[in-house]
Amino acid sequence: MSKINRRTFIQGGLATGAALAAARCSSPQAQAPSGTPNNPAQGPTINTNQIKDVTLRLIGTGAAQINDIRVKAEEDLGFKIQMRALSTAENVQIAVTQPKQYDIYDGEYFSLPLVVPSGNLQPIEVSRIQEFDAITPIFTTGELYSGARVNTSQGTAPRKVMYVTGQDSTEFAPEPTNWATMIPFQYNADTLGYRPDLVGRKIESWAELFNPEFRGKTSLLDIPSIGIMDAAMVLEAQGLMTFEDKGNMTPEELNQVTKLLIEQKRAGQFRAFWKSFDESVNFMTSGEVVLQSMWSPAVTAVKARGFECIYAPLKEGYRGWGGGLGLSKNLSGIALDAAYDYLNWMLDGWVGGFLSRQGYYSAAPEKARNFMQPEEWDFWYEGKPAAIDMIDPFGKKIESAGAVRDGGSFTERMGNVVCWNSFMQQQEYLVYKWTEFIVA
Amino acid sequence: MTQSKALRPYLLAAPQTLVFLFGLVLPIAVILIVSFWNFNGIATTPGFTLRHYIGIFTSPAYLSTYINTLKFAFLVWLVCVLISYPVAYYLAFRIKSTKWQTILFLICTVPFLTSNIIRMISWIPFLGREGLINKALMGLQIVDRPVEMFLFSDFAVILAMVHLYCLFMIAPIFNSMMKIDRALISAAEDLGASAFNIQKRIILPLSAPGIAIGTIFVVTLVMGEFATMRLMSGGKSSSVGYLIKNQIDSLQYPAAAANAIVLLTLTLLIVFAILRVVDIRKQL
Repeated sequence: MSKINRRTFIQGGLATGAALAAARCSSPQAQAPSGTPNNPAQGPTINTNQIKDVTLRLIGTGAAQINDIRVKAEEDLGFKIQMRALSTAENVQIAVTQPKQYDIYDGEYFSLPLVVPSGNLQPIEVSRIQEFDAITPIFTTGELYSGARVNTSQGTAPRKVMYVTGQDSTEFAPEPTNWATMIPFQYNADTLGYRPDLVGRKIESWAELFNPEFRGKTSLLDIPSIGIMDAAMVLEAQGLMTFEDKGNMTPEELNQVTKLLIEQKRAGQFRAFWKSFDESVNFMTSGEVVLQSMWSPAVTAVKARGFECIYAPLKEGYRGWGGGLGLSKNLSGIALDAAYDYLNWMLDGWVGGFLSRQGYYSAAPEKARNFMQPEEWDFWYEGKPAAIDMIDPFGKKIESAGAVRDGGSFTERMGNVVCWNSFMQQQEYLVYKWTEFIVA
Repeated sequence: MTQSKALRPYLLAAPQTLVFLFGLVLPIAVILIVSFWNFNGIATTPGFTLRHYIGIFTSPAYLSTYINTLKFAFLVWLVCVLISYPVAYYLAFRIKSTKWQTILFLICTVPFLTSNIIRMISWIPFLGREGLINKALMGLQIVDRPVEMFLFSDFAVILAMVHLYCLFMIAPIFNSMMKIDRALISAAEDLGASAFNIQKRIILPLSAPGIAIGTIFVVTLVMGEFATMRLMSGGKSSSVGYLIKNQIDSLQYPAAAANAIVLLTLTLLIVFAILRVVDIRKQL
């Protein structure tokens, strides 16, 4: 089966290459923004040779800094790519404080209220992104389908930070403009994960995280800005609190959430807190924790070690996150062209298919579909039972035939995102209150 | 000729001075300066404010983080002394052959051949709910359900830190004890001193400089800890080091810098206090 896969990839890759070459030759070079050193247009051959010398430096979190993607991109695009995998925090730090260290920023949308005001990213010209219209409306218009809960989701929803007002602007635009902050490529809906063998029943509400039944066997993320959101989901589900915007709490709300969290901690509700992906996997596989907030690849990893693990669809909805690529303000000329090529390539579908097989969603699902087998598409996006075994991009079986994706289809899962990973105006106070919770 | 001779000591000292200047003095000066800068929730801007320092001294959460850090420093130090002193004594006085002293001392250092993190993490499968100790206790029917406080607790933090840092205490105490003139002990014995009196009036005072050096090592290491604290407490306990890391992660550089300065001052005060009590120069 992997043989067919590879063949499809190669064919697709060739097609992409050809399409890109065609686009390069036919597109008038005058399209390049003024100030580009290559104006007036040069012959495509010379251009190709020049682009060969380009090396794009990417920074990002581990999720997409994968060697396979780099190798494939270099092969398809003809220039060099350097990737640096960082933690979420380091990634934002470098984006804000060390603009000369990167050409492309692969970051989460919730980091944009920090990164964009620094002026280190240059707005992306939407008209240069060929497949922009294929991007799911979650990012572009915010309207997935009529009545979807995600349309009114709280927090730093990508739609709120997707555009800036102009080419030199660092101000977010509420309506779509021709200037995007980042081009998305992956996102997902996060929720609670649990061990059905140890929990013994179905978990259907966030409130269960603070259920005394699981005292000493639950865990929460120790990343203040995400942990507090999960806590807020729980408290809201318990009916103890309501929030105007969980992604932008007031100091009073933060006080109240912290107070309730400390009560839970003192009562011994939490076994531990996790900060890195593998910690959450180890908690779950060792049986230290039976119910906790989790990330989707962690659930996959727990399953891969032979334990049952359910990524629970909860009635209150999901917490979403989204990642995209932004361009450094240092890019210009041929390197900028190469960066745009890379953005277009990311949307072209190969990467989408690659990431989809790990359980992420592609920003342009229909493009990714071209690089997936119908059975894969049905399982990952349609919520249908797997007709064949599901193999991850690294060749490991992660679901057996007959399995159904927890939470169902793309529309059911992403449509029910009610809040997003967020950057709060009260960020400083949040970190302070979180410290109070941890030392309590 | 004479001129170049006069310059020679300066030239010899220059590399050290430069490393010291650029590797230590300059960074600390920068941290000190940044600790007075402004932070508006997103960005750090140059300025002068005492806000971050006032925050540290007026907030119950920060103060309890400092108290927690001191508590762990004290407990780890205490356990380290209680373990290291007898070990060093045994090596220095009970083992008569130098060869065996060397071999046994090297055995003490074996755990240090692997990395810190690995030594720490290896405790986790050992202590967990389904870990070896709990399995053994349940198998022997000493307890009927797993003891949870072995892992993700203060106990686990102290255990791991003692494991990580004990050698830093053993080595200097052993070194001090080796320098004690054996004739003193023979004389005391001849004069009828009890074993306890020999310990109290000869060995302990003469090995005090070693204990002091070990204390400086252990206390400064524990005061700056954050990885062990986080992993072994499962994130349920905090230290100043971990607080600083959290602040850096959310780009609050001035607050992190202020905490770093306070922590540094506090640690230096402890070190000075030790140096006032014990003259460690005898050892050098």
